[in-house]
Amino acid sequence: MASLLFCGPKLAACGLVLSIWGVIMLAMLGIFFTTHSAVLIEDVPFTEEDMHNQQTPLQGIYDLYNKVGYNCFIAAAIYVAIGFLSFCQVRLNKRKEYLVH
Amino acid sequence: MSSSFRSEEMCLAQLLFQTESAHNCISELGHLGLVQFKDLNPGVTAFQRRFVKEVKKCEKMERILRYLEKEMVKSSIVIAPTKEKEIVPCPRDVLELESTFEKLEQDLREINRNHVALRQNLSELMDIDSLLRMAEDFFEEAESLMSCSEPPSEDSMCMTVSSRITSRRNSSSSIIGPPYLGFIAGVIKQERFPAFEKVLWRLFHGNFVLRHAEIQATEELQTDRGLAKKDVFIIFVQGDHVREKVRKVCDGFHASLYSCPKTLHERKEMSNNIMTRMEDLRLILRRTEEYRAGVLMKAADHVHEWSSKVKKMKAIYYTLNLCNIDITQKLIVAEIWCSVSDLTLVHNALIKGSEQSGSSVTPVLNRIQTQQTPPTFNRTNSFTEGFQAIIDTYGVGTYQEINPAPYTTVTFPFLFAVMFGDCGHGLVMTLFAVWIVTQAERRYIILLMGMFSVYTGLIYNDCFSKSFNVFGSSWRVQPTFHPHGPWHNDTLHDCEHLQLDPVIPGVYSGVPYVFGIDPVWNIASNKLSFLNSFKMKMSVILGVSHMLFGVTLSLFNYAYFRNFQDVLIEFIPRMIFLLSLFGYLVLLILYKWCITVPSDVAPSILLLFINMMLFDYQSQHHLLYEGQKAVQICLVVTAVLMVPVMLMVKSFLVYRTYMKSRQPVFGNSLNDQHGADTRSSFSQHQSNETVSMSDIFVYQAIHTIEFCLGCISNTASYLRLWALSLAHAELSEVLWRMVLQVGLSFSSGMGSLMLALIFAAFAVLTVTVLLVMEGLSAFLHALRLHWVEFQNKFYEGSGYKFTPLSFDSLLKTQQ
Repeated sequence: MASLLFCGPKLAACGLVLSIWGVIMLAMLGIFFTTHSAVLIEDVPFTEEDMHNQQTPLQGIYDLYNKVGYNCFIAAAIYVAIGFLSFCQVRLNKRKEYLVH
Repeated sequence: MSSSFRSEEMCLAQLLFQTESAHNCISELGHLGLVQFKDLNPGVTAFQRRFVKEVKKCEKMERILRYLEKEMVKSSIVIAPTKEKEIVPCPRDVLELESTFEKLEQDLREINRNHVALRQNLSELMDIDSLLRMAEDFFEEAESLMSCSEPPSEDSMCMTVSSRITSRRNSSSSIIGPPYLGFIAGVIKQERFPAFEKVLWRLFHGNFVLRHAEIQATEELQTDRGLAKKDVFIIFVQGDHVREKVRKVCDGFHASLYSCPKTLHERKEMSNNIMTRMEDLRLILRRTEEYRAGVLMKAADHVHEWSSKVKKMKAIYYTLNLCNIDITQKLIVAEIWCSVSDLTLVHNALIKGSEQSGSSVTPVLNRIQTQQTPPTFNRTNSFTEGFQAIIDTYGVGTYQEINPAPYTTVTFPFLFAVMFGDCGHGLVMTLFAVWIVTQAERRYIILLMGMFSVYTGLIYNDCFSKSFNVFGSSWRVQPTFHPHGPWHNDTLHDCEHLQLDPVIPGVYSGVPYVFGIDPVWNIASNKLSFLNSFKMKMSVILGVSHMLFGVTLSLFNYAYFRNFQDVLIEFIPRMIFLLSLFGYLVLLILYKWCITVPSDVAPSILLLFINMMLFDYQSQHHLLYEGQKAVQICLVVTAVLMVPVMLMVKSFLVYRTYMKSRQPVFGNSLNDQHGADTRSSFSQHQSNETVSMSDIFVYQAIHTIEFCLGCISNTASYLRLWALSLAHAELSEVLWRMVLQVGLSFSSGMGSLMLALIFAAFAVLTVTVLLVMEGLSAFLHALRLHWVEFQNKFYEGSGYKFTPLSFDSLLKTQQ
């Protein structure tokens, strides 16, 4: 059957490290966005119209915060998937090493 | 702790042991790794030493071992890793190993030669085989040509033998006798064929038939001779004389000629013959390869053991070359440097060695006094080893000088962290270092650097360029609005930038942020002007403290070497100079931080300092406190007074002692050598040398100027702490803003996927630019600050390192 292995041991290890970092950092970013942290104000994509056109601009800003937060959580979930994939690759690579010798 | 405070006290000892027990004793000492053998025959060249033949034998064995290892690698045989053995090699082992090695080498070389010859045979046979196969159609063609050219007539003009390839013009020749075409068959490299054809043409003007065809490259052929393509050719010519010429041409082109039988039946027979021969050869080749693999595998089990044995023996013979053998050939005399605290261990090792060799006489170890400077030995464990290596790279400490390594374990990572200062990057670095330490067990420096960086990152409140608001900021915006302050809702619409004025009550709560920099600065646009001032002053404070520490360490050096004169005339003026100018600067900085001054009238510290040096006290310059003018004038005058003290006093004192000691010069030195104080004998030895006034004066002037100017330039040099941390913070912010913020601003449905991709780019860039590049840069600058600014206050670094005979380090360098 076709080999499920499509990357070498180093690439798989890099992918694993990157996805662990991605999961942790994006999850934390998501938490900070959903709790409306003031330090992240520059990262929220609000425009002038949001400020002027709404009845409650504050709620609008909060909604934007939440949206970015949910984006971060979904990206963290994507990295969980990539991490799982890399972990499988690492295990397959190790097994291949043992088979040859 | 006293062992790492300064280098160990060493002693010179003399060893006497019997020649028979020499190997065992030296190998025990080698396993111990605590003694350094002194060269007792310094005038003897390498070729005249006593054991030079044995050393050469060991080198030859090493060469054979390397050849064996190469062969093993070529045949991809796995070399078994070492098992730890404490085998003591003795002279009998040398002979045994030597004969084994020579036999192995001869065997292997013979096998290789046979292999090559067999391969060549096989390729020749394959050539003949292809030749025979292709000769079939050539002969058919030739026979048809022959039949159509019968019968000859005497007056027929030309026997034109034309071929599709070669003839361009006809030439006449007369034929005598029946047409008999001889032929020559062979194999030539394809690239040479066109030139071959041309030469034949020039020689024989077309009186020949040449046929050629490319040998189809089968896989087996290709492995034999790579990608060189070969052609089979057959030349039909008339006459023996011509044939000789053709043969010579073929030789010139390195074409191999083979005899080819004329009849079909003979050719078939020959073909079968060749087939069987080829099969036989292939079988023989396979057997040869198997045999070779078997020999190598047997050897592979022992290769490591042998090579470590050979290395140890070579080391032992090399050491024996350094010793003296007395006249009766029974006793070996060696002189070793070893640490005083290790003497009993060394003695025990010697006794063990002599017991192992079964000799009856116990070796003797006695300590001898000497005037020579011993080597510098700093005992390190795996933690301090890295830091000691950093210090030693700059210069190995003078014997029994203060060792800066224990302080470096703290100050070096700290200065690195001040320049690196980001707790997110510090965390990544720490995790990476933890992984390395579990793998390799030696890289504690990186771990410390990472941990300290997390700490300074928390103080700078910087994590991937964002701040944490853990304790609640001390600044509030609400009080600036009506009714407390001047702002209205319209002010927000009109102005681009607004400034929070701490004078308005409630804006600044009066209590600073508990730990670190207030997170409000992260979103302020004048963040840099605040942080720059803070970091510059911090760098100056750190720098002056570091240098002060260095000067204090020099006090310990003077005290240890009983150099109280220098304490008075060098250390104290230096301290006063440093403290009165730069200590005062630090005090000014701290004072200004503690008091509150309205910002429009606050004096700049730099300007205050410059005016202090220039004695410029015009009344419009504000002062920080009352009486500042008097204090500052006092300090500057004191500092300036110290300069001539440092310049002149020492020179005059040395001159006076020199004059005094010129009369009873022998009496003085005799008195001193009776004293058991070895430390002062070293320093006295130095001052007994001839003294010339100009030398002393120039030396003193250089050092004074170096110290005074150095104070200023080194303090400024510490500003790199500010510069690098600023660079790091800015790079980090740029990376966030240009990369990650783009990812966060996608509000469409695919936003999260784009965010995931962009995060990967952000991570890669962070690691390469911020961690690797900035990390290396900060490492380098922290190193330079230690080597130059810190160590030139007290470190001499003119010793030589203690290099003991140690088998562990020998074998470690091999792998």
